[in-house]
Amino acid sequence: MTRKRKRLYLLLLCGLGLGSATALVLTAFQDNLVFFRSPSDVMREAPGPQRAFRLGGLVEAGSLTRSTEAGRPLARFVVTDGAAKVPVAFGGVLPDLFREGQGVVTLGKLGPDGVFQASEVLARHDETYMPPDVADALKRSGHWNPSQGAAPPASSWNTLQPGRGGG
Amino acid sequence: MSNAPSLAARPAASLHRFANPGRFLRLSGRLLPWLAASAGLVLAVGLPWALWFSPPDWQQGETVRIMYLHVPMAWLAMGGYAGLAVASAMALVWRHPLADLAARELSPVGAAVTALCLATGSLWGKPMWGTWWVWDARLTSVLVLFFLWLGHAALVRAFDDPERGARMGAILALVGALNLPVVKFSVEWWNTLHQPASLTRVNAPALHVDILYPLLTCAVGFTLAFAAVVLLRVRAAVMERRIRALQMAAARRAETDG
Repeated sequence: MTRKRKRLYLLLLCGLGLGSATALVLTAFQDNLVFFRSPSDVMREAPGPQRAFRLGGLVEAGSLTRSTEAGRPLARFVVTDGAAKVPVAFGGVLPDLFREGQGVVTLGKLGPDGVFQASEVLARHDETYMPPDVADALKRSGHWNPSQGAAPPASSWNTLQPGRGGG
Repeated sequence: MSNAPSLAARPAASLHRFANPGRFLRLSGRLLPWLAASAGLVLAVGLPWALWFSPPDWQQGETVRIMYLHVPMAWLAMGGYAGLAVASAMALVWRHPLADLAARELSPVGAAVTALCLATGSLWGKPMWGTWWVWDARLTSVLVLFFLWLGHAALVRAFDDPERGARMGAILALVGALNLPVVKFSVEWWNTLHQPASLTRVNAPALHVDILYPLLTCAVGFTLAFAAVVLLRVRAAVMERRIRALQMAAARRAETDG
């Protein structure tokens, strides 16, 4: 029994050591493991003009304009995180989920004019899932405007049954 | 201090009751048909419900149905790995022979569900996000989980002495368990393309019940199926080991007789 105990304690000790080592490493790399930078990060310290990076945030409501330049679709929109804004220009096909109020992650470089020249735009959807009629009911009742931001608290709609006369 | 041995003795004694391979074969033989039948039954309800009768998502449309496969596979990949870590700890501390076998038979199934999770996630990412793959913290940590499963499956089979392979595999499995909280919390600790958790939130789940219930049904069904497959593999491994022992004994007898 003592040998089993010893093995158990040894295992727990190793686990403690490894666990805290990993925690320390992850804390140290916390800032380097970002997949994208927010507009506030970019405002605080702008990466150099030749430096490609990812910019992420919400597409500001009413900021999207689409045009065609030399036969290529060109989209201009503003990415915001509430505190700061960065204008973005992207020549190419936008993903299906792209819309105003949606989260996006764009890859590109910040131009000298302050416009982010994106070479790739990815849509980032949130963690809410609801049937179309529930979303319509929320929009109709004025509880939610998808172009203005995230859905209302889930507890207010996740049992809503608009099509069946329920509450 | 005086009651310490009895505390240690109790779990060990109850574990050793199940360490008896004969008892394990008897019990699991009785359990397996029920497990397989209930998996089939739950999936027979859950899959049509999820794939045909549940509503589409308001913004993702019909593509959201990939979730009913992707999310259960992701849960099984992580839950299965937690099981692997528990079996490995039991094998290392209590030298439980069935724990070694369970870990050995668990890892190929775990690798398969993790591969399915990655593949369905990729198929879902292309139409929704606009990319098959990105190196964000969630996707990368799940890829690491996949390599841990594969590495464990390969390592335990890489030694001539199976006991040595099992011990190496158990150490790898326990070190790799550090990746589990990273997978789970990657979407909260770092900004990622992958969205945060929908179900395990501080307040209500962010899934409408018409989507949540078929998802949970599918998750229960796939978990039962996973358990049935693993149990079947462990039974086969126990029987294989028995047959090998009998053949060895027969060969030894033939040698001494001749």
